[in-house]
Amino acid sequence: MGERPAILAEGIGKRFGATMALEDVDLVVPAGSLLGLLGPNGAGKTTIVRILATLLRPDSGRATVAGLDVVRQAAAVRGRIGLSGQYAAVDGYLTARENLRMIGRLAGLPRSAAARRAGELLERFDLAAAADRTVRTWSGGMRRRLDVAASLVGRPAVLFLDEPTTGLDPRGRNDLWRLLSELTAQGATVLLTTQYLEEADRLADTIVVLDNGRVIAAGTPTQLKARLGGDRLELQAMPGDDPERLAGALAGMGSGPPQVDTENARVVVPVAGGPGILPELAARLAAQQLEVADLALRRPTLDDVFLALTNQRGTSGSRS
Amino acid sequence: MSTTTAVASSPADRIGNGLTKLLANTTTVTGRNLHRLVRVPTLVAFATVQPMMFVLLFTYAFGGAIHPPGVAHYVDYLLPGIFVLAIAFGASQTGVAIADDLASGMIDRFRALPMARAAVLAGRTAADAVRNLFVLGLMTGVGAAIGFRFHAGPAAAVATIILALAVGVVFSWINALLGLLVRDAESAGLAGLLTVIPLIFTSSTFVPIATMPGWLQAFARINPITITVDALRALCLGGPTATHLWHAVAWIVALLLVTVPAAVIRYQRASAA
Repeated sequence: MGERPAILAEGIGKRFGATMALEDVDLVVPAGSLLGLLGPNGAGKTTIVRILATLLRPDSGRATVAGLDVVRQAAAVRGRIGLSGQYAAVDGYLTARENLRMIGRLAGLPRSAAARRAGELLERFDLAAAADRTVRTWSGGMRRRLDVAASLVGRPAVLFLDEPTTGLDPRGRNDLWRLLSELTAQGATVLLTTQYLEEADRLADTIVVLDNGRVIAAGTPTQLKARLGGDRLELQAMPGDDPERLAGALAGMGSGPPQVDTENARVVVPVAGGPGILPELAARLAAQQLEVADLALRRPTLDDVFLALTNQRGTSGSRS
Repeated sequence: MSTTTAVASSPADRIGNGLTKLLANTTTVTGRNLHRLVRVPTLVAFATVQPMMFVLLFTYAFGGAIHPPGVAHYVDYLLPGIFVLAIAFGASQTGVAIADDLASGMIDRFRALPMARAAVLAGRTAADAVRNLFVLGLMTGVGAAIGFRFHAGPAAAVATIILALAVGVVFSWINALLGLLVRDAESAGLAGLLTVIPLIFTSSTFVPIATMPGWLQAFARINPITITVDALRALCLGGPTATHLWHAVAWIVALLLVTVPAAVIRYQRASAA
């Protein structure tokens, strides 16, 4: 096995009419690693996945998956990838077992192997009990899991998952995270897009942040967080209080200007000194006769990175 | 086929290429669609209630008024036309299904698999043909109960069914193409019906062309529905069939040569919204 990256994209561009969906996107994903693709809605995450999965041709640039060109060797690429798109793409009028067997047959497995593989995956995704019911009677979360199972039928070397945990309950999400870790440990390569920064933080070896079709940041989760420096002092204004007044009282205190989240009446101040800042904070609040509903000093999360990079405060889609 | 053990080759390499793969994939997709046919209630109704209704309604509603020359029972004249009508209406469900598959991401899933490119559409149209065979049998049975007979012997009866199935394949591909173009299930169903209704009523399906106004006769004569219905009618009623058949087959082949490549190309570029 050479050290050729499992996914390599160079200068990928894609235009839809007047909209530049992707512009000069580079990606390098080593075999056996997981790349987390982050970005707000409309950033181009799905478009790059569709190009790498041979569903869409790029207008410019080139990409290889498992060493094969996604345009010129598209058919061969399809034999080595698994794709789970944004919606649970399973046939509601077939049973789960029938769905997986169909995919297995279409992926080129002989009949008996397709049946065996379907059984394995149903066990592994904890769906065996409902395996012989038509899928339309299932819950959304179960269908989502079946969709991910379907993407694994052909034992793909490279797996593309477009927001795979959307609609999963916490247990389903944890199970999927564990499964993805197992897969990469066994040598598979995973590219997943997500809105959940916690997910990327927990799973990804590398994170790429897309915004408006461009890569605006790339690195390990630790590197990205380090870019923001220091800690975050987070204050919640008292109900009815103006968070701008709170921000005014804190001006000049941190390593950067206070950021105000008006909607949630919250003020975040980047600080360098750790807990040493707290006496000064108390003094300032007392001088202005301000109270706060809640106060926390914490390490930056990927939410902070994401919001700082995309400048889309309040639209992170994260759990709060 | 059971001796092949897993080797380092990818599954795609294992199944072989070209026609073998197309046939294997098409069979799998046909199976999927046949499962759906018996499980989706509206599809069951389309395949049973609707054709029976057509036979009975048109025979009794029109039968008293229309007396085509040289035919003793209107049902003998009507049934070959009703074959085409029922098959053409039923085919609109193919446009609906393909549009649904587009919207639900099924077609993305299929396109990311190492499948033969035409298999998803070919499997759908093959399942339609199986459904149509059932529908034709049902309509023949209902027709026979109210007086329909094949007058030209068993070989011509078999040829009738085969020709009607071939017409059905054309309608299935037309509707598959419509589904891929229109992309929305309801619009696709409507587009399928709107394509067919004007053609059916300006053809020889219900009435002899000679009873139409002159300007309409000119169109009715070149209407492919007239040509195929006339060929089916010739096979059912007896009499000279060669010219009718030749024209019908020419239309079928010509339409397939256009719609099949157009639909397959469209499919390859298709994507979920």
